[in-house]
Amino acid sequence: MSDPGQAEEGASAYHHPGPILEAVHLRKMFPLRSWNLSGPKRAVHAVEDASLALYPGRATALVGESGSGKTTVARMLAGLYSPTSGAIRFRGEPAKLSDASYLRIYRRHVQLILQDPFSSLNPVHGVRYHLERPLHIYRLVHNKTQETEHILSLLNRVNLSPAEQFIQKYPHQLSGGQRQRVAIARALAVQPEVLLADEPVSMLDVSIRLDILNLLLRLKEEERLALLFITHDIASARYFAEETLVMYAGQMVEGGPSDEVIQRPLHPYTQLLVSAAPDPDHLSPDGDTGTPLAGGRSLLPARGEIPSLINPPSGCRFHPRCPHAMPVCSQRFPGRTELGSGRWTHCFLYGDGETSSENLHSSVTPAQTYQSSS
Amino acid sequence: MVTNLHTNAQTNTLLEVKNLNVDYLASNGTVHAVTDVSFTLQRGEILGLAGESGSGKSTLAYAITRLLRSPAMITGGEILYYPRSSQEERNTSRVTLTRLSRNGKREHKKNGNGHSEDEKQPIDLVQLSPAQLRDIRWDELAIVFQSAMNALNPVMTVRAQIMDVLRTHRPHMGPDSRKQRALELMQLVGIAPDRLRSYPHELSGGMRQRAIIAIALALSPEILILDEPTTALDVVVQREILTEIMRLRETLDFSVIFITHDLSLLLELADNVAIMYAGRIVEKASRRDLYLHPRHPYSFGLLNSFPALHGPRRRMSGIPGSPPDLRAVPTGCSFHPRCPLAFDTCHAVLPLLQPAQGEENGQIVACHLYDSRFKAEPPATADLARAYEALAEGRGVQ
Repeated sequence: MSDPGQAEEGASAYHHPGPILEAVHLRKMFPLRSWNLSGPKRAVHAVEDASLALYPGRATALVGESGSGKTTVARMLAGLYSPTSGAIRFRGEPAKLSDASYLRIYRRHVQLILQDPFSSLNPVHGVRYHLERPLHIYRLVHNKTQETEHILSLLNRVNLSPAEQFIQKYPHQLSGGQRQRVAIARALAVQPEVLLADEPVSMLDVSIRLDILNLLLRLKEEERLALLFITHDIASARYFAEETLVMYAGQMVEGGPSDEVIQRPLHPYTQLLVSAAPDPDHLSPDGDTGTPLAGGRSLLPARGEIPSLINPPSGCRFHPRCPHAMPVCSQRFPGRTELGSGRWTHCFLYGDGETSSENLHSSVTPAQTYQSSS
Repeated sequence: MVTNLHTNAQTNTLLEVKNLNVDYLASNGTVHAVTDVSFTLQRGEILGLAGESGSGKSTLAYAITRLLRSPAMITGGEILYYPRSSQEERNTSRVTLTRLSRNGKREHKKNGNGHSEDEKQPIDLVQLSPAQLRDIRWDELAIVFQSAMNALNPVMTVRAQIMDVLRTHRPHMGPDSRKQRALELMQLVGIAPDRLRSYPHELSGGMRQRAIIAIALALSPEILILDEPTTALDVVVQREILTEIMRLRETLDFSVIFITHDLSLLLELADNVAIMYAGRIVEKASRRDLYLHPRHPYSFGLLNSFPALHGPRRRMSGIPGSPPDLRAVPTGCSFHPRCPLAFDTCHAVLPLLQPAQGEENGQIVACHLYDSRFKAEPPATADLARAYEALAEGRGVQ
């Protein structure tokens, strides 16, 4: 009842010391068609150097705006896109995703849940069909009775009861939340170890979102699934995941334990993201200043949008919007600075690749300079 | 219909909706999308309307603007609009914007019976003919739609679309002053003037939304209805647009009806929030009252559906079940099948909006828990939390 996740950390390290799925310096470019054959080759630089690790029984949230490359990362991990460079490691070994027979086994263990349950289910097929397909493809059942039994237990696992009724329904007879449950059941049918959930609740109604999140939390805890939770809602990342990674325009800018990252954001982009999130606590009983939007604390100026990824800004892609931008920011992308207790960031304000912990505890944090400079 | 009842004491009232009913006459049963909704909007107020999808909030917005199309029908009620009297000046520090003169326009402030009156006489929008509506729309009442991204015409430049509005509603304006006005509007919403020649596909989502707001504000309306204006946008852009709307409201002095499912957003920016469930308003309170002590169990559940950014991380439970089919709304309180605190009366008696027992702060709620006839002691907010938790525990172990 108390903490949705953090109590799990110690236990998970005990059960399975290593990460089950790892992305190492993934990069993805989508080439653009160009009419001028002799001209320069152009490409969308969708993901630049993404690294992450998923552990059994733990959830990692990938947070960012649309166009930040978070879905591309999930699709690379699911084997839908092949990375331009970098490696995916599954159970500590490189995943040979170009090998069709390996991919078949890999997909049994790594399943993707898509954002929109209204288009991810085939409207001409019933619930039974959606759930029996993976069972047949992976030969998990051998006769009809077994199959029905299996499907019913899947439906019960995702709280679609009475399962006997739901098994014969068609997608159009289900509500959004029920459809997403069917989609989750379909992913669970092959008994995966990793679930990649790409914005699983953003298309759902507010009161249903929490139900689906709690369902995924329960699966994570009871069945020790490793979860990648992609979202643009930083509050649900905090609710759901032990670890949060922040992406901006294809670059990973910050990561660490969710609470830490959200309570004390270090990278200027994370600070912007956190301050822009709707927060009723702006309206604290003593901090209400009368102007509704400003609330009790000053908000960061939210100017500009994600840049074009065809010609992304050089160096750190956030530098055109960053109030602390220095000349070096436009020259190269800062290295990963470890800040202790699992936190890291790619920002010159905190160093350039070396491990430094004194910045984190220095008296003037960039969060304070942010407000005075704007 | 319109009587002298609405004269004094309501000088600040801009819009008054009374017992409004909207039905969709579907072949397989009548959908009561909006049932007996009453509220008032004061001048300069931001009223938030929150609820799940299917709670009737968009239908209500369409009804107020009289944009409902068949099979939807207003089957009862009044929507009274109180125009500003001619002596009254808008107390605005309008630096960038001059109120457009209405010369050359027909005298348009007539009430439903067609006889011209003292301008303080309210107009019942439900009774207006299409020609009369044309004078009210955009001039007095503008709406920004849910999918504003798609509300722009893809084959017209932004400027052409703004000028289109001006040409229709201000026929006396010359082309030059129309262009000038388009430029002013773009600056007002923070788009560089050179983007006027752009087509919608050349603009980003945030800019398109700004352009839509510019068009809505073209004739400086009194009421701006925003129907999920930022749902499709990213948080940072959403914040930017909302800040812009608040800033414009300060300078241009209009009232806002803000419709969204994101209650946490409303708690930040609305003056008052009305919660809708199954076509009815179940609670209305100032944002502070609602945030600190929601009375209706549904309001509490909705408020608790949003994980917080701060404070202890705890498992939240949400509201069990799903919204009812509006063709067959449950008897009594329509929330009772999902309510953790429902008791016998809830199944039989329809609760009406009234001040919660022993309260004077303007928070009104439609719930029997706060009615001294049914419950001696109203529950505290902590009791609601406990009831939901107990429900979640009973459900969680399935």
